[in-house]
Amino acid sequence: MSDQSAVVGTVTEVFPDWFSPDSRPGYAGYIVPSERMREAAGYLKNRKHFDMLTSVTSADYFPEDRIEMVYHFRRSTGGEPLRIKCFLSRVESQIDSLVDVFPGAELQEREVWDLMGVRFTGHPDLRRILTWEGFAGHPLRKDWKEPFFEDEIKPYKSRWPEGKFIRAEEKNPLGDNLCFPPGFDPESWVPDKDEILYKSMTRVAKAGEDGMDSDTIIVNLGPQHPSTHGVFRMVARLDGETVVDLKPVMGYLHRNHEKIGERNTFLGNMPFTDRLDYICSMSNNFAYALAVEKLLNIAPPERAEYIRVIMAELTRIVNHLVANGFLMNDLGAFFTPVLYSLEEREFILDFFEAASGSRMMCNYYRFGGVVRDLDENMMSMLKAILERLPRKMDELEKYLIGSEIVRIRSEGVGILTPEAAIANSATGPLLRASGVPYDLRRADPYSIYDRFDFDVCVRYHGDIYDRFMLRIDEIRQSIRILKQAVRDMPSGPVLTGKPQYQVRVPAGEAYGRVEGPKGELGFYLVSNGKTNPARYHVRAPTFINLTSLAGMSRGNKVADVVTILGSIDIVLGEVDR
Amino acid sequence: MKESLNSPGVQIPEELSGLVAITTLDRIYNWGRRNSLWPLMSGLACCAIEMICTAASRYDFSRFGMEVMRPSPRQADFMLISGTVTKKMVPQLVRLYNQMPEPKYVVAMGACASGGGPFKEGYSVVPGIDKFLPVDVYIPGCPPTPQALLNGLMKLQEKIDHQALKTDAHWYKKDGSAPIPVPILGPDLIDLRKVEQIRLASQVQQPASDADNNEVPHE
Repeated sequence: MSDQSAVVGTVTEVFPDWFSPDSRPGYAGYIVPSERMREAAGYLKNRKHFDMLTSVTSADYFPEDRIEMVYHFRRSTGGEPLRIKCFLSRVESQIDSLVDVFPGAELQEREVWDLMGVRFTGHPDLRRILTWEGFAGHPLRKDWKEPFFEDEIKPYKSRWPEGKFIRAEEKNPLGDNLCFPPGFDPESWVPDKDEILYKSMTRVAKAGEDGMDSDTIIVNLGPQHPSTHGVFRMVARLDGETVVDLKPVMGYLHRNHEKIGERNTFLGNMPFTDRLDYICSMSNNFAYALAVEKLLNIAPPERAEYIRVIMAELTRIVNHLVANGFLMNDLGAFFTPVLYSLEEREFILDFFEAASGSRMMCNYYRFGGVVRDLDENMMSMLKAILERLPRKMDELEKYLIGSEIVRIRSEGVGILTPEAAIANSATGPLLRASGVPYDLRRADPYSIYDRFDFDVCVRYHGDIYDRFMLRIDEIRQSIRILKQAVRDMPSGPVLTGKPQYQVRVPAGEAYGRVEGPKGELGFYLVSNGKTNPARYHVRAPTFINLTSLAGMSRGNKVADVVTILGSIDIVLGEVDR
Repeated sequence: MKESLNSPGVQIPEELSGLVAITTLDRIYNWGRRNSLWPLMSGLACCAIEMICTAASRYDFSRFGMEVMRPSPRQADFMLISGTVTKKMVPQLVRLYNQMPEPKYVVAMGACASGGGPFKEGYSVVPGIDKFLPVDVYIPGCPPTPQALLNGLMKLQEKIDHQALKTDAHWYKKDGSAPIPVPILGPDLIDLRKVEQIRLASQVQQPASDADNNEVPHE
């Protein structure tokens, strides 16, 4: 356990004087001149041991001429995140890339470039990531309007309170979700044929033993591919069957979560969070509720805290079951282990449905509690699940771990060293399977996790097998937490105050995070006192975990790349948002 | 099964029932097709998880002859659009549809595939796959429960039951069905069937808006 949670805010004097505290009301952290950001990152990493760059994001303060880069640094030994900001001009919007100090910034900086239009000098591969090459504009800028734009804030004035409904198509000149720059001629347009992407990949043409030049080939896996867990695409450069280089290509499920989130009211975003990581809707609700509660400065009642923990841990079990099941799919045990996983999942989904009304998209958490109480029937359902699950886990373990094929194909494959995992900002099972005992429930405790007795699971080889086993270990620990939560759950209200449709959120910023099943799930919110967030950023764990994919895949066979991807456990709703 | 194969009103002697069926060509053709509908294995978003649940043991759509999910479009009978269709993904989906052999069907599963759903207002979301592909069955829900999905698939079977070889089987006609032009990604999604409209709309915009912002005029 860590006791360094007081790092930020108490030891101000240890930072050099060019770290100026952000003294705006509701804001925290430090502001660094943008030209010294790289120096600051190096300083924090080497002198202050902030060795993880958790999140890189930005916020547009239009109509002021200011884009703020927001970095969250963490120590792999635990503690609260340190927030560093840089102010950029909206016109120039340029800053040094941190990729050479923190490789984990690579995909995140590409996202900021794509959506906010901040150019990172020194970035090795600054291409668009969620939209496509040739896309017009940077959508998260406040003055960029989507084709179906109607109003800045929901509910739209044209519809509410009269209750009129206007189809968005009727307002668009093309009658569709389309908007082209003025004077655009579709016939002279030359579409991007992924030339830049293919050129960005390392090319090692070598002379073979017989003196003949052998060339490498490019293979595209996805976006429609049975093993990519959704609409994910990997571009691999192969030398024979060995992967020389690999690039993840994403954005095929980019559904503009953050832009829509800035139009929605605070509560209106809750159901959208369900659809981020659609296997673990409860954890997503949890992180978002924590972020808004930080802004509102309220705390949920005791019983609600216990219910929240129960739901979050059940979600973890669901996620790990599904992740391991599909990993077995990728290993060639096609669909049989998944059936066992999904069978257990159905029991938990029934419980979710009883509690929230929906199997998958629960929308169960509220600011200051949860929406509905659990009754006796549900508690007995839960107890039945807890009685059954350990037996089933033993069964699953018995069948799969003894399997020679599983072990041969997963042991020693796709190794991620602890140093690389930390440098790549990996979190969750991916990090812990590499031997770093870092779990936010212990490292930076939230909610009531400090009351429970459980172990932070850790495995040390960093291969596929360890990631698989770590998930099984975590399911066992979750069952432990659940048993304690069921035992200790007090009675009482489940929501502070009255249920509200519209919350009044004071101006300021907040970063709410949970140890989601896939890693650190964070919500960075900026409120300007209105009914909707001014900035709504999701720190998606699987998106950032994908930074490690290329490194793990190099030197492995193509067939192993599929299992390596499976062992990272991605969900495209969250990767692409 | 017998009942759906036999033509109504035809009397089969007691001793031959179960051995002999008297039916029409339409009926036996559709009976064969409706009971072996193979879906294209392609999951897009959240709905794909419910689709997998429907395929798994509890709901088990192999009861309807649909368990053979085909990763290759060449072997698939229908395409289940299970999730939000984005502008970046739609060229691939259209290409997959074009690669499927006739007779082929499209089922739009969930709110997003049917009409954009909660993400309709997003800048890179296609508000409904029916902008590009001919949809046979729409299934409401976000996501539809496995029961709703099964109901939708049974509706597809009903649709197949009512297709007559003579009038509806356009896939046996001489010219067959033309492939749908694959849209391309420009500053926004370019539907090649609407090139002229796009050009006109961009010309109209020119005098009204500034050079450096691409704001849509709205009232």
